[in-house]
Amino acid sequence: MEKFIRQEGLVAPLDRANVDTDQIIPKQFLKSIKRTGFGPNLFDEWRYLDEGFPGQDSSQRPKNEDFVLNQARYQGASILLTRRNFGCGSSREHAPWALMDFGFKAIIAPSFADIFYNNCFKNGLLPIVLSEDNVEALFRAVEGKEGFRITIDLEQQQVIPENGEPLPFEIDEFRKHCLLNGLDEIGLTLNEADTIRAYEARRAEREPWIFQ
Amino acid sequence: MAGKTLYDKLWDAHLVTEREDGSALIYIDRQIIHEVTSPQAFEGLRLAGRKPWRTGASVATIDHNVPTTPFKSAAEIVDETSRIQVQTLQDNTKEFGITEFGIGDVRQGIVHVMAPEQGAVVPGMTVVCGDSHTSTNGALACLAHGIGTSEVEHVLATQTLVAKKMNNMRVSVEGELGPGVTAKDVVLHIIGIIGTAGGTGYALEFAGSAIRSLSMEGRMTICNMSIEAGARAGMVAVDDVTIDYVKGRPFAPSGADWDKAVEYWRTLVSDADAQFDQDITIDAADIKPQVSWGTSPEMVVPVDANLPDPAAESDEVKRSGMTRAYAYMGLKPGMPVTDIKVDRVFIGSCTNSRIEDLRAAAEVARGRKKSASVKQVLVVPGSGLVKRQAEQEGLDKIFIEAGFEWREPGCSMCLAMNPDRLEAGEHCASTSNRNFEGRQGNGGRTHLVSPAMAAAAAVAGHFVDIRELDRA
Repeated sequence: MEKFIRQEGLVAPLDRANVDTDQIIPKQFLKSIKRTGFGPNLFDEWRYLDEGFPGQDSSQRPKNEDFVLNQARYQGASILLTRRNFGCGSSREHAPWALMDFGFKAIIAPSFADIFYNNCFKNGLLPIVLSEDNVEALFRAVEGKEGFRITIDLEQQQVIPENGEPLPFEIDEFRKHCLLNGLDEIGLTLNEADTIRAYEARRAEREPWIFQ
Repeated sequence: MAGKTLYDKLWDAHLVTEREDGSALIYIDRQIIHEVTSPQAFEGLRLAGRKPWRTGASVATIDHNVPTTPFKSAAEIVDETSRIQVQTLQDNTKEFGITEFGIGDVRQGIVHVMAPEQGAVVPGMTVVCGDSHTSTNGALACLAHGIGTSEVEHVLATQTLVAKKMNNMRVSVEGELGPGVTAKDVVLHIIGIIGTAGGTGYALEFAGSAIRSLSMEGRMTICNMSIEAGARAGMVAVDDVTIDYVKGRPFAPSGADWDKAVEYWRTLVSDADAQFDQDITIDAADIKPQVSWGTSPEMVVPVDANLPDPAAESDEVKRSGMTRAYAYMGLKPGMPVTDIKVDRVFIGSCTNSRIEDLRAAAEVARGRKKSASVKQVLVVPGSGLVKRQAEQEGLDKIFIEAGFEWREPGCSMCLAMNPDRLEAGEHCASTSNRNFEGRQGNGGRTHLVSPAMAAAAAVAGHFVDIRELDRA
């Protein structure tokens, strides 16, 4: 996994609450057996006027010019600003894969759905929770200035808006550690293989049927 | 010291180690695997040269994109990408020595129907699957929740998950459910109250006399939709209904182990003095048959209501969500629910495809006919065994005589990864769990209802109050 230390980038605003993972990456694209290549189909039903299917050349498709990610001023955005309960619905990890493949490195929202939030960290995508008021202020700032940029400092746990006061955010210590160092979580867990085996021995004593 | 909740007990029993930073490793007893969220996990194992920690902990089946018309081999699946996934699961389970209920196996079916049916899920387990509706299995007093593909790989490789303890929420439904009110109506009503993010960060325990009065099938329907209330896990405490359900199933313990297991399982209830971070009580008498009208499961109303007015919503974010939903659904505030016409009906999914659900739908369909204005009514059993049971009871004939289609098991039109889907603009009375934009097909409009309400809509061509069916 790639390290996440500091990220400076253009912000794209997606002014909707309860954006679900079916919207982030519609089901027809889940048929891939790879982790890459989902970017062109991120928010497919909102980005394009026609219906998408796997394997098509999306650059030739009619675009919905009103959709925020299609607007010229947000091209190259690496930070997504959105509303509450982002990523609700299905557990598909294709959602963070699609966001990353598109070029997003971080998402800022007042709240995230649990499974999506968790999936982001496994891929080096940083979901940041800020208060409703701070998110609202960022929406106004993005709208007010074309090319509005933000710096995210993970070490300091701060979102630093262009010409603004740093906004602190909370993050779990273990997740922060893994992101900063780009660690492989499976490798870390396997360092504790003996502890897992000892646990299994205790369980097998008490609930042998689990291990049959 | 305060007593423990059911979730506290399950957490403690599976805690392998706690780290200084507050994260924990919890042991996973059972992993259920399907074709859509596993290929990248197996690929990860191969790339890292790793083997599954304990192959017997996993059980696999195909469900998400299998056709619901008969087929005998992967080669007969017309859609190429679906065929590759089905074939890839076969290859991966063979390579890594994992049991798969595949094509032609009567045990094949929707992951969360198959696993409890086989006794592959028993009380006291931790259960995970790369599918958010894994919460279904919590009905058996398990800690069961969905995970992403990286975690599928992590569980395969280590039999553990890195986790953080959730908070406890109890939702008690007290009293007797009225006629025509089912488990599906109960859970839709709950989601309408606590909202689609109300359970975020919580493990939900469903309790109260109305929950205890439900069969295991009904409890599974309720736990299934915990995730639609934002909660990864939902659960119901062990009682006689649980134990009777598990007894004699193929993977369940037997002999001396059975007695030992039952003794332990009886302890899987929240202590009387357990503390919940949130504790909600609902009067069963307040619950009516429900119909979702919008594009989020919290946008739900009783069937005898009129659609809500966004102008009356004080929360700006919610108000704009409602306005957007009305535009997508092609509906108007204030219209009676019973005026909504349906184009297609879907009876199935991990929420409502068990034998009890099919019986409820058949009860309505018996001696009636599908409305001429309804293009299609799909009845998709949750597994090969559910299908066989239904056919033994003659339910298939009732459906076919009513003009419904009787299909092969799978997820089908719940998420429309296979050929079963809505056309743009069509309204569907669906027994599934999500009414998101495009969920059942690009531009499709989903209304979540119980199996009986879905069958009644199929007959009438529009939503009807199941309690007044004969008068409709």
